[in-house]
Amino acid sequence: MRAIVEGLFTDEKPVRLIGGRDRATGRIVFPCPPSADFEPYPLSRCGTLWSYTVQRYRPKTPPYAGPEAFRPWAVGYVELPGEAIVEARLTNVALDAIRIGMPLELTQVPLDPDAADPVLVHAFQPVGAAA
Amino acid sequence: MSDVCIVGVGIHPFGRTDGVSGLDQGVFAVRQALADAGIDWPAIQFAYGGSDAAGNPDTMVERLGLTGVQFINVRNGCAAGGSALFSAQMAIKSGEFDIGLAVGFDKHPRGAFNALPSEYNLPDWYGEAGYMVTTQFFGAKIMRYMHDYGISQTTLGRVSEKAFRNAVHAPHAWRREPVDLETILDAPLVSDPYTKYMFCSPAEGGVALILASEKKARELGKTPIRLKAATMRTRPPGSFEVFAPSIDVKRGGSATRIASADAFRLAGIGPEDIAVAQLQDTEAGAEIMHMAENGFCGDGDQEAWLAEGRTKIGGQLPVNTDGGCIACGEPIGASGLRQVYENVVQLRGEGGARQVPGNPSTAYSHVYGAPGVSAVTILER
Repeated sequence: MRAIVEGLFTDEKPVRLIGGRDRATGRIVFPCPPSADFEPYPLSRCGTLWSYTVQRYRPKTPPYAGPEAFRPWAVGYVELPGEAIVEARLTNVALDAIRIGMPLELTQVPLDPDAADPVLVHAFQPVGAAA
Repeated sequence: MSDVCIVGVGIHPFGRTDGVSGLDQGVFAVRQALADAGIDWPAIQFAYGGSDAAGNPDTMVERLGLTGVQFINVRNGCAAGGSALFSAQMAIKSGEFDIGLAVGFDKHPRGAFNALPSEYNLPDWYGEAGYMVTTQFFGAKIMRYMHDYGISQTTLGRVSEKAFRNAVHAPHAWRREPVDLETILDAPLVSDPYTKYMFCSPAEGGVALILASEKKARELGKTPIRLKAATMRTRPPGSFEVFAPSIDVKRGGSATRIASADAFRLAGIGPEDIAVAQLQDTEAGAEIMHMAENGFCGDGDQEAWLAEGRTKIGGQLPVNTDGGCIACGEPIGASGLRQVYENVVQLRGEGGARQVPGNPSTAYSHVYGAPGVSAVTILER
């Protein structure tokens, strides 16, 4: 399976997200902006949940390219210590078990699990959760 | 320097008005404001108009009269109305003009705003993956605030309950049926922790304000409502805004905090001197956070404030006396000016069943929106 876009993940196993480091200030952002002011910066795979919500309705298409069938999903902001707070789906966790501060690790999930050739998006899961 | 005064106000009811364009709702509001000021259109020397999705405001000269008036369009996101008002007061303060118009109107399609990544300098995958959703941001922002400061979902519900209750008595409001707290809390979640009654909806409406120099206001024989401060600011580093794939670990201030502090400095008064406030409440938690960001209480104090009804009409600081965005909906170009309209009504003592008691003499308004803009006004009678 391929990533939703090139340049989002590193080529290693397990993958990391590629952020951007401001060459002048050292500020770290995600994703890496297409600008000479930023250099690619692989982000930590682990962090803690800073905040979250649950997407309870299907987003409008366009721009949403996920499946027609809709199931709620959790969206979090995950604090990668000393780097950035990254927005990501949360996976392998019950919606009512999500807690701010919980330790999380990076994984990948298919945008449409039923597609013939699904693309992968970034997500975080509780540390040690089965993928 | 002499004060800038508001001498006329007009509003087209908010909500849904099928068959009437956004522009015509603006024209309706302008005619009402002219009548309120006791002047005719040719007396208007300049105009600033805000609209986000309903066309160019200056085209309303076709309806109002081809007087050759200077008319400048303002497109500034959710701060469009506030920016139009700011610009109008500067035109009078400068001494260039004596009387002019700030107008805002809009007409949005039903449902959530449909934003595309390219409009926000974001990559396409961000939208494809389902992140271009404003309610996600609102949910995540308040969830962190509740965690940090001990705010309950019940308090969010009380904000909505108050909004619908106040709107019953506001003829220009959209949703004018009271909704009880239990119904609000038990309704389906849209983006946790918000239920469907805790969000405002895109809507339609128009508002017009006529501004004049102090001298001109005296000539018109109107009880002037003085615009003591109008500020508009963009975000500082470390703020948390909509459509953010990442935010800084080092958290910072907000556009609201600096716009508010500047407005109080200009007016020479403090939050404790304000008798009535209209605060941006696109969702219930926004009103909660903005109470603190505008200096009216400390972070976390809102839990007690709402439980004790301190922001009800008749409370220590009535907030969103016409039901705010939650009950009026949000036509972007008109929304900030609606707040000022409501404050003028309150300061004139014309609020009817929603009138703040005690003859209020100071009023505060605040709008906030993407991508981190905020506009504040302080009025005095």
